[in-house]
Amino acid sequence: MDIYQDVVCPVCGCLCDDIEVNVENNRVSKVKNACAMGTTKFLNYNSDRLHSPLMRTNGSQQPSSLEESITRVAEMLVNAKYPVVYGLALSSCEAVKVAVELVEEIGGVIDNQTTVCHGPSVQGFHEVGESTASLGEVRHRADLVVCWGCNPVESHPRHFERYSYTVKGRFRKGKEDRKLIVVDVRNTGTAKIADKFIQLEPNKDYELVNALRTALNHEQIQCETVAGIPVEEIESLAETLRTCEFGALFYGLGASHTAGKGRNIESLGLLVRDLNNWTKFVLMPARGHYNVTGVNQVCAWQTGFPYAVDFSRGYPWYNPGETTFVDILRRKESDASLIIGSDPVAHFPIGVSKYLCSKPLAVIDPSNSMTTMAADIVIPSSFAGIESEGIAYRMDGVTFSMKKVVEPPEKILSDEDVLKLILGKVKALKRLK
Amino acid sequence: MTGNIIIRNGTVFDPKNNINGDVMDIAISNGKFVQSVDEKSARLIDASNKIVMAGGVDIHSHIAGPKVNMARMLQPEDHYKNLRCKTDIKRAGVGTSCPSTFVTGYDYSEMGYTTVFEPANPPLKMLHVIDELNDTPMLDKACYPLFGNNWHVMEYLKNKKYDELAAYVAWTLKAVKGYAVKLVNPGGVENWKWGVESTLFDEPVGRFEVTPREILRGMCKAVHTLNLPHSLHVHANLLGTPGNYEMAVKTLDSVRDIYTGGKPIIHLTHVQFNTYGGTNWLNLSSGAEHLAKYVNNHNHASIDLGQVVFSKTTTMTADGPFEYKLQKMIGNKWVNADIEAETGCGIVPITYKKSNYVHAIMWITGLEAALMVDDPWKVCMTTDHPNGGCFTTYPKVIAWLMSHKARGKVLAKINKRAQRRSALENLDREYSFSDIAVVTRAGPSRLLGLKDKGHLGVGADADVSIYDIDVNKIDPAVQYRTVRRAMRRASYTIKDGEIVVKDGQLVKSVPGRIFWTDSKVSDDLAKSMESELRSKFNDYYTVQMNNYIVAEKNIVNSTPVKVKANV
Repeated sequence: MDIYQDVVCPVCGCLCDDIEVNVENNRVSKVKNACAMGTTKFLNYNSDRLHSPLMRTNGSQQPSSLEESITRVAEMLVNAKYPVVYGLALSSCEAVKVAVELVEEIGGVIDNQTTVCHGPSVQGFHEVGESTASLGEVRHRADLVVCWGCNPVESHPRHFERYSYTVKGRFRKGKEDRKLIVVDVRNTGTAKIADKFIQLEPNKDYELVNALRTALNHEQIQCETVAGIPVEEIESLAETLRTCEFGALFYGLGASHTAGKGRNIESLGLLVRDLNNWTKFVLMPARGHYNVTGVNQVCAWQTGFPYAVDFSRGYPWYNPGETTFVDILRRKESDASLIIGSDPVAHFPIGVSKYLCSKPLAVIDPSNSMTTMAADIVIPSSFAGIESEGIAYRMDGVTFSMKKVVEPPEKILSDEDVLKLILGKVKALKRLK
Repeated sequence: MTGNIIIRNGTVFDPKNNINGDVMDIAISNGKFVQSVDEKSARLIDASNKIVMAGGVDIHSHIAGPKVNMARMLQPEDHYKNLRCKTDIKRAGVGTSCPSTFVTGYDYSEMGYTTVFEPANPPLKMLHVIDELNDTPMLDKACYPLFGNNWHVMEYLKNKKYDELAAYVAWTLKAVKGYAVKLVNPGGVENWKWGVESTLFDEPVGRFEVTPREILRGMCKAVHTLNLPHSLHVHANLLGTPGNYEMAVKTLDSVRDIYTGGKPIIHLTHVQFNTYGGTNWLNLSSGAEHLAKYVNNHNHASIDLGQVVFSKTTTMTADGPFEYKLQKMIGNKWVNADIEAETGCGIVPITYKKSNYVHAIMWITGLEAALMVDDPWKVCMTTDHPNGGCFTTYPKVIAWLMSHKARGKVLAKINKRAQRRSALENLDREYSFSDIAVVTRAGPSRLLGLKDKGHLGVGADADVSIYDIDVNKIDPAVQYRTVRRAMRRASYTIKDGEIVVKDGQLVKSVPGRIFWTDSKVSDDLAKSMESELRSKFNDYYTVQMNNYIVAEKNIVNSTPVKVKANV
């Protein structure tokens, strides 16, 4: 039996790196320190796998060879006028690098899951910036933690114990030294353990943030309630925020995907900026997929833009709403798609999914999904962080080298290697042209 | 590494080897300069009526890492002004003040630069920095991890454990693959993490019981003990504050007694931002005279400029409190990003305007410092890219240094009140080509301890830049525009013996190397320090010690520089 220590968990944006994994006969037999999500992934990742490349002939998917599938994908991308490569938040940064080069080569669009999660947050960030910190700063200093439209107890189960609330830090003993405030429309698992729960009306985040800013700057709020919260309570909340020693505000899709979207995040950024005139306050999106931060980082340093990068003009172009995958599909503009480690057919709006399936569709994924079922070409890949190594970024940008603890199934390559083969084939095809 | 090259009849400026404008041939074989090569097998480059220098060496330029990338993400509007298509050789990219990594490499190379060091990185995020540098082609690179607000450092100093401190610094450099030690606003950033904006030089840093002066002295000694190739690289306290030249002088003077001769032991970086007189923003003035006087009279200190160039750019620094104050003043978007147990970071975009009194004084201050320090070997030419301006503006700065007329042209157009307070009109000094070769090549290489860079002597790395300037016909003091144009696009850039730029255009992409320092301390000391560090590591960080270490396999062309420590 092999015991691997300090393994990085490839599930959520917490990227816990203290996992112990026991491996017997190339099977994970035991997982220590991980949360339920992490444990389940390490123990069950291998169920529902794709074992061979598939190609659609006469309407049904048939097993094919890797070489043939690679060629088909390359041909599909080279022949397309406006192809899109989408996904990568569950891939290593090495794979992202190859994908960017591939898209440059074919003159298409590269987009990642940010487009359907914290895309609005990025746009809010463009407007005002943010005061943020690494998670250890929160651990050591925060005496006030605010969760706005996020639910770490269920989505990032070890967030509190490792980084923010119950954890012991240099200047905080733990939970008893901190206060937890939850702002949400639902009484979530996190709300239930909070010291204070503020239940606002749906789609009223923007109003509430700005009411808080008004109260903070000692202006009069000229109504009785905002977002269903009485003004007195808002004023007292503003006072709590103002008088803490070090505050940390985590927000989720509950803030970035309700009415106002990017403007909500812009306002939160301004609220935190205002708070820094009184005390120390930081803001951070609670990112979901374990390496969605990494895709943004790699895209930003290679192309200048974190997501939705369009190379159809030869240079990188970025205009969310125009170059974002869902919007491209909605306008019925793309004529081929390569999906890497994502399941847009299941998650995108139905009309958009239909259009996606109506055009040539290739998927690189370790497991079966609705998208692989609808695809014309499917190439199985290994699980990064379990079956192959690679770099990933935590939600605060701290960088980890993920470990390989088991061998992938025979003839299954990492998505990095698959993408390299496609890139090589694309270059060869373009030379022939 | 390639075959042989002969550069024929170039006008050579190689100050390290006392060659000052002599017409001669330079021979290259297998990526190194050699005495001579067989002409039949060599590629000939006709450099007659052209200047030949070693490849440019930049001692301080923010080209990669978490804060640079955050600045890229922050400003899509910055990129739209300069969009680059993919070619057969080049990757696509963008970039004005924060270019994408590929563009950074290409642009530096087309200016004749071959070595660029990234000066401020949180050790915790070094894998990010290295990963970005891997994607920055054409250049040899290295990074300076930040230690000025590091908890371990402050604790070792408080407990007066100087040997353990040295061992810790050596371990960290090796673990995260850093090259030199950087301090940014020592003590001040730790205070800022509690929202405290200003820090006094001799007052203990909150909850740590050591003063910024002690941090400076302690780290200077540690660097000395470890025999690191580069001296202590310091961004002083009170940056960007009226009257801060006193702090700059105090900083340099605080380590004077540690100096025992030889190379400088402290490098004060981007002095322009740290050399103001006056007491407030209304009576701000240049304090360059005072700093220059000190640097002229002491040999333990070197500086780089951090020259301001009137343009739209981005300020980014590990000095979080400074960026907070800047944002309060100019009201632009603002990023602050603190790093646990180590350092902070701030970003604010800015436009330097000729009409603005403060900006005009900043422009004056940098040039005054460059012209008033007599020995060019103590000065490196930088803009603290992108803080003072993008590195692509270097040719402008070179023209200002070489031509009184070029400076006068700008001086006539800046804020009138600032103009009246400037000593520039009376500074007649004009840099020679040899001086330029010192401040952009030979000097930085010497300060960085790069024996094989910055000169054309036999055995050195064959990094060459050739500029289309005929010294017999061009007087840089008058025809500074010609110099500027030629310096922006080198006729040739040769990197490790390969022609990578021809006629100002990239012809080949090469990855470049990454240097880092491996300073060997005694085994016992290393072992005891490491076991103590391991025992408390999880109390300080949210990552495991094993995952903190950057593996060599993650580095493209990893090039360790081995030295032996005195402990």
